[in-house]
Amino acid sequence: MTTGNTHTIESLRIQSRTELLSDMRTFVSDAARRFGFSENEVGKIELAIDEACTNIIKHAYKFNPDGIIEIRISSQKGDSSPTKFVVDIYDSGISFDSSKYTAPDMKEYFKKLRHGGLGIVLMKKLMDEVEYGHMSGQQNSIRLVKYLPS
Amino acid sequence: MSEFSVGIRQRDTVSVLDLRGYLDAHTAPELEKAFQKELDEQRYNIVVNFSDLSYISSAGLGVLMQFIEDVRRNDGDIKLTNMSHRVYNVFDLLGFPMLYEIFPEEEEAVKKFLNKTEKLS
Repeated sequence: MTTGNTHTIESLRIQSRTELLSDMRTFVSDAARRFGFSENEVGKIELAIDEACTNIIKHAYKFNPDGIIEIRISSQKGDSSPTKFVVDIYDSGISFDSSKYTAPDMKEYFKKLRHGGLGIVLMKKLMDEVEYGHMSGQQNSIRLVKYLPS
Repeated sequence: MSEFSVGIRQRDTVSVLDLRGYLDAHTAPELEKAFQKELDEQRYNIVVNFSDLSYISSAGLGVLMQFIEDVRRNDGDIKLTNMSHRVYNVFDLLGFPMLYEIFPEEEEAVKKFLNKTEKLS
């Protein structure tokens, strides 16, 4: 097990409104840029965070604009592991049970002409780690991690 | 704030939707409205030109999925053109090129619709 040093860099508390998605994206992409990611990687992180926050607004808060989303950015540096850019997003809405989630087969998805549910597929493709959590006090969390190329 | 807009041009029997700005869960209803308008007017040959679109999230892709069935049932199609590398990547990651024809230039997509119309008449 790696014992890494975690440093919180910054955090943002924001209401669960779709019109604020652009602020959430800017907050995270500015931090990712300062962290040293290329524009291409910044774009991936930005999109993954958009998808996570969109799901919270839609599914956890059911478009209630008074919910609170908290985004915390930290870095983890281990001796033998890559430097990690860690984004933790918290909400107090309805929990998402990731144990009941299975990723769609995209061929089937298109055959049945489904829509929706693509956000989580994208998050997993764009980030190195995606982990859902649930804490006491009815707080949900999702952790999105991107490794900084050495 | 106008983060996103859709313009509609008519090229013969083809409707061209010009997307501009940032397409996310907040602005996707704007695109939905534009598609709905085309369907209400029974225009099913639709080209979406992405040249001025800076950003897309899955909410935007969801709109295309929402209308493709109706459009194809009426012998039409939704063809996509002029995507930046960044926007194309999102479509590609999700496998959308399996379901949608994507062209580098609007001209090719329009021509394909018009050739099809000629053959039918």
